[in-house]
Amino acid sequence: MRQKTMYSILVFFGVGVVVFFSLAPFLWQIITSMKPANEIFSRPVRYIPSHIDFSAYVKIFSRHPFARQIMNSIIIACAGTFLCLVASSLASYALARLHLRGERGFLFFLLFLSLFPPVVLIVPLYEMVSTFGLMNNWLALIVPYAALNVPFATWVLTSFFRQIPEALEDAARVDGLSRLGILVRIILPLAAPALATTAILVFIFCWNEFLFALTFMTRATSRTVPVGIAMLSGASQYEIPWDQISAATVLTTLPLVAFVVLFQRRIVEGLTAGAVKG
Amino acid sequence: MSRKKRLTEAQFAYLLLLPAIFLFGLVILYPVARNVYLSFHEKSITTGMAEHFVGLKHYLKILTTDLRFRQALGNTVYFTVVSVALEFILGLSFALLLNLSFRGRNFARASVILPWALPTAVMAMAWRWIYHDVYGVANDLLLRLGILKEAVAWLGQHPLAMHAAIFSDAWKTTSFMALMFLAGLQSIPQDLYAAASIDGAGIWGRFRYVTLPLLRPVMVLALLFRSLQAFAVFDLIWVLTQGGPGGTTETLSVYLYSYTFRYLNLGYGSALSMVIFGLTLIIIFVILLFRKEEVELG
Repeated sequence: MRQKTMYSILVFFGVGVVVFFSLAPFLWQIITSMKPANEIFSRPVRYIPSHIDFSAYVKIFSRHPFARQIMNSIIIACAGTFLCLVASSLASYALARLHLRGERGFLFFLLFLSLFPPVVLIVPLYEMVSTFGLMNNWLALIVPYAALNVPFATWVLTSFFRQIPEALEDAARVDGLSRLGILVRIILPLAAPALATTAILVFIFCWNEFLFALTFMTRATSRTVPVGIAMLSGASQYEIPWDQISAATVLTTLPLVAFVVLFQRRIVEGLTAGAVKG
Repeated sequence: MSRKKRLTEAQFAYLLLLPAIFLFGLVILYPVARNVYLSFHEKSITTGMAEHFVGLKHYLKILTTDLRFRQALGNTVYFTVVSVALEFILGLSFALLLNLSFRGRNFARASVILPWALPTAVMAMAWRWIYHDVYGVANDLLLRLGILKEAVAWLGQHPLAMHAAIFSDAWKTTSFMALMFLAGLQSIPQDLYAAASIDGAGIWGRFRYVTLPLLRPVMVLALLFRSLQAFAVFDLIWVLTQGGPGGTTETLSVYLYSYTFRYLNLGYGSALSMVIFGLTLIIIFVILLFRKEEVELG
């Protein structure tokens, strides 16, 4: 009995440390964002604000094109995710069902190339984007984001499509559905859970991406949120508005927190897809 | 009888593959090929963005006289080895802990996923605020606890800045390791543990002879992904230190980026890209050797 209590206390303590470690930087941003400005810059540090003050949230919208940047991020992430899923689900269906030679090799090749650092693509992509006059254009991010996620999405979707019984498709064929009809009316609805999992992960990637967004979006009004926050500056170049940064951080990460809470299981599934089954 | 022209099965399949191949070719294959070409050319503002063939000049410079490259390579290797090792240990302990049954497990698991899901660049700003030399909470806490005698410029001095960056990276990516290991742990059949207990294995014995060997494939995979990501680290360093102080936190990606875009030195940037590409190949090869050895053994 006594040993059991000891064990529970140890587990409780260990889990507490893990949870604190994981949440602390984020919680600190929440607290900072709600402090009155004079308490943000005070020594020793105040851990509990004397009162809650939302002026940082007002300033981030009134002094910076933050609303515009949120809109950029939403449009780019949604379009990138959509484009990626369309291309990947078509490709996955071809790989899973229509018997092609070397399909496994093709998938491995895609995955292999996606292991390389994205920075090695930046020089040629920069050339392309500037040649086509796409600097500060949403397309300059939508297309690369979709493409970079094609290998992962195709991998997850192909293994899911393989699990759908072929008899279903045969039945649909007998009923006179075309091949594209089978894909759109039978396969995709059945694959909705896998599509959702993939979409969540691709969306998070697009929402968080920094390097390409930093390179191809040079105007403040064209930036996505992560770059916007990282480049936020105050009156002078050296004065960093930490209050507004924390407010912006909270606003940008809230949708992600909601995602994690709502879709915890799917995220884990998608992240570890293939890792366990081998 | 109307003969509608129908695609054969294979033609239809290739048609479906077309969008994916187009995207992939445009954004990944073409750039890689273009890098090969550009790396043998001089192209920058100085040449008026015209391309002059220079042969192996860039590569020779990278391998012989480019001291900044050498420093960045050293920093990157150090960052990768230390941060991945730290994340590996933390991730494994988190996973072992989360694999136990306790109340609020879902909440704990969601908290552990969170750092992974948040944007690295944004959270790097959060860390910069934590590390702030005057108003930062890191200094304040350590001063209050008496661990520090006076405030420290975490990001302003060598070798502190590198280790601060490594700690932030560990915070961000331990999630991934923990989730991979947790999935691995949950796929281990419970009877194996029961059998090991009957054979007289204690907690350590079960860990050593059941958990570790069965977790090994997942470990190799997690190591592969995380080593490659750490080797490519950009967002975190760019936002935390921009490679400073004095280039002591500059990694290869940061060097490539800042050198290339300072004078639009595309030729040299391409050569650097090719070298990074080659180094990545070596890492993949080395880590997959572990996997191969395991196949031969088992």
